[in-house]
Amino acid sequence: MPVNTRSWRSTLGLAAASALALSLGAWSPAAHALTPQEAHALAAGDNDARILTLKKLSTARDPALTPFLKAMLDDAVKVTSDRAYIVQDDGQAVDAVTGQPAALPDDAEDVVNNNRMSSEIEAVLAAANLASPDRDLRAEAIAALANAADESRLPVIDQALANESDKGLRKQLQMARTKALLSASTPARRIEAAEALAADASPESRGLLMERLNSGEEADAQVQAALKAALSKVTSKLEWGEHAGVVFTGISLGSILLLAALGLAITYGLMGVINMAHGELMMIGAYATFVIQNLFRQYLPELFDWYLLLAVPASFLAAALMGAILERSVFRFLYGRPLETLLASWGISLVLMQLVRTVFGAQNVQVENPNWMSGGFEILSNLTLPYNRLAIIVFAALVLVGMTLLIAKTRLGLFVRSVTQNRPMASCMGVNTARVDTMAFSLGAGIAGLAGCALSQIGNVGPDLGQSYIVDSFMVVVLGGVGQIAGTVYAALGLGLVNKFLEGWTGAVLAKILVLVIVVIFIQKRPQGLFAMRGRSAEA
Amino acid sequence: MSAVMTSSLPSGVAVPRSALGPKGWTALMAAVITVVILAPVLNLLVPTDSVFHLSDYTLSLIGKIMCYAICALAMDLIWGYTGILSLGHGLFFALGGYAMGMYLMRQIGRDGSYGADIPDFMVFLDWKEVPWHWTLSDFFIGQMALVVLVPGLIAFVFGYFAFRSRIKGVYFSIITQAMTYAAMLLFFRNETGFGGNNGFTDFKRILDIPIAQPSTRMVLFVLTGLTLIGFFLMARWLVNTKFGRVLQAIRDAENRVMFCGYNPLAYKLGIWTLSAVMCGIAGALYVPQVGIINPSEMSAAAGIEMAIWTAVGGRATLIGPIIGAFFVNGAKSWFTVAFPEFWLYFLGALFIAVTLFLPDGIVGGVKKLLNKKTEVKA
Repeated sequence: MPVNTRSWRSTLGLAAASALALSLGAWSPAAHALTPQEAHALAAGDNDARILTLKKLSTARDPALTPFLKAMLDDAVKVTSDRAYIVQDDGQAVDAVTGQPAALPDDAEDVVNNNRMSSEIEAVLAAANLASPDRDLRAEAIAALANAADESRLPVIDQALANESDKGLRKQLQMARTKALLSASTPARRIEAAEALAADASPESRGLLMERLNSGEEADAQVQAALKAALSKVTSKLEWGEHAGVVFTGISLGSILLLAALGLAITYGLMGVINMAHGELMMIGAYATFVIQNLFRQYLPELFDWYLLLAVPASFLAAALMGAILERSVFRFLYGRPLETLLASWGISLVLMQLVRTVFGAQNVQVENPNWMSGGFEILSNLTLPYNRLAIIVFAALVLVGMTLLIAKTRLGLFVRSVTQNRPMASCMGVNTARVDTMAFSLGAGIAGLAGCALSQIGNVGPDLGQSYIVDSFMVVVLGGVGQIAGTVYAALGLGLVNKFLEGWTGAVLAKILVLVIVVIFIQKRPQGLFAMRGRSAEA
Repeated sequence: MSAVMTSSLPSGVAVPRSALGPKGWTALMAAVITVVILAPVLNLLVPTDSVFHLSDYTLSLIGKIMCYAICALAMDLIWGYTGILSLGHGLFFALGGYAMGMYLMRQIGRDGSYGADIPDFMVFLDWKEVPWHWTLSDFFIGQMALVVLVPGLIAFVFGYFAFRSRIKGVYFSIITQAMTYAAMLLFFRNETGFGGNNGFTDFKRILDIPIAQPSTRMVLFVLTGLTLIGFFLMARWLVNTKFGRVLQAIRDAENRVMFCGYNPLAYKLGIWTLSAVMCGIAGALYVPQVGIINPSEMSAAAGIEMAIWTAVGGRATLIGPIIGAFFVNGAKSWFTVAFPEFWLYFLGALFIAVTLFLPDGIVGGVKKLLNKKTEVKA
């Protein structure tokens, strides 16, 4: 039997090359040169054709390919009708293949990449980093690869799997592999993917299954059945954790809304002041926490874990002081004119935001959780209760109890209630109503400060912090009924839960809109809120 | 609440038979001449080095502020005359602007950076054709109808439900703000098809005429000026009709209006929808002159700023809001160039000062001064 020398030699060459590739940890720098035609095909024309060329070229690596692809991602490639050029940072154009300086023809056009093209290019570039000793680089490469995983990338993924020792990254690679298998051409492989996804039972695997099923690309009935079976398996496993998770995040959001709205319930509910600067008082509380945190870091680093013990009263006092100043200087002249307080307090909020920008800078500042607050209880595979959220729920409950006691049991609370119910009569009985107003307003402001302190533990602290909560917290007060603390509690928790349940259903934005619609409809039925205030006033 | 507001607002007792007095008509003619003849001549014909030359920058600034003035006028009808403070007029302004922007985006044609038939941001999202709500965007007339219909319809539906259940005062303000906030979130999304947070920009043509050339800009300017004057006359006429008188009665004592047998719903809904449509038209005039529309026009800040234009100028006077819009926005463009850090301090202080010291705005303050002088003379 005559030996076909040529094919034998090329097989040997290929084997040698792949052996080399293995030993170097890179893959297949085969003796293939990027031709000008290929470079052009890569840069110009229809996206589908470009991607096809890209895949063909990526299996036969050429050293010129990487810089060319990088340039393409940087939008530094220009094409004429038959050639591609890279424009360097200094404006000098070079030939994409040879790297030699070249004169850029006048008719050269920019190459534009849409999202799909970019992720394909990123995946090819990432493949080179898969064997990097740096874990972060590998993680990045795997993410890029997973983003554009399809059958053509299976060999790359398999090779990376063989070499990868990091547990977390292996898991991600497995996921990328399953994703690639899912769109493989042979049904057996697709069924294998469905089984792997069923075993994994993570939210991500469910997403993949649904995407595959909904896209309508799956024609094989057997595979379809396997996908559906896998999906129902994954869904039932996830459902429990999900429901519990939604309830938890709902309560968590509710507790934050409650903290934000409790202060408003005093200033708006009891005093009739529409304080649009309430969010900015929260911001002051958050910045007070930031300052205390920095002081601890600088002077008492060994006690850093306990800085919140000081930050809580500090944020209360800072916001309460600001509240007292505002009440004395602005709001006391506007009692009984709610629309005017709305405008004036909006002005105040602008000034406070700009003040914070001037003092602390326009950027967000970093507030760190104390150590005991980071991490969480892992209850199920897809349900972890973060400690900081738990802490805030407890904190909100404590503030609520404290405030209720203050209003119900103390002398100040008695004065506040009496002034709210009948100002002239309270005044006749010797209550200094002006003083009570100031005290009550600072109390509301102080509680806003506490809310800010809590928010600093779960989100960004920046000059705009208050803006994102003001609409929601007014909704809570309106829904709860004016002047009703119990109403505020129910409204806050209710809005939090409804919001999160809808979010799981419709996405965050639609959920917000639906909640708004629900509130409007609710107010149709009960214009006075959940708990109507008993009184004789004809107009609310 | 309304009882307190009454004392601070001038009650228009004297009803002139015509919408304007002889002095008023003269002033109006002067305004028309300024807009139609003076501004074009000073901008286009007077040489650029002359003292009297009106620079392109000033022209576009005035054009922009005139759009704002239309909004302030609309705010005044609903707030100054009917006592309903809306914080959601930014939404109607933006809706009109977006409707115009969609048309302008389609006018770019294949001149976008992708050279495609559909707007660039859709190419970037890998869409193949325009979504359903862009169907009319190729037709100028259809899209202009949307400028009026979309804000009008949304205002009508929202207002119907809100006014029917007698949501008023601050409740209404807060709900309009929440509505605008929700809409802003919606427009920020890429998949709603409004260009996400970049919005629409980079317009090339309007009615196939290049949008940046001086004559086009001038036509837009004149059109805006005439619209403002037209709306002013309409408002002037409206507040003196029976309809307008009932609106003012609703502002001062809604319960008594109801006890007299009127149903305030139709009156409130009518003026609310009208003022939303005015804002929509202002937005449509604004976009081709400024060259960009994005969701920040719907932010809470934008809606509440309209209220301050009206309040600064003087509520329940019709010239006041126009003065207020020019004063606040003039100050804004001066501050943001000269002292950018201090603009927000100034604006904030303006909010506080106007509510505390000038409840009737500039016009009210001037009137008070004039009255004092005549008293002293007498």
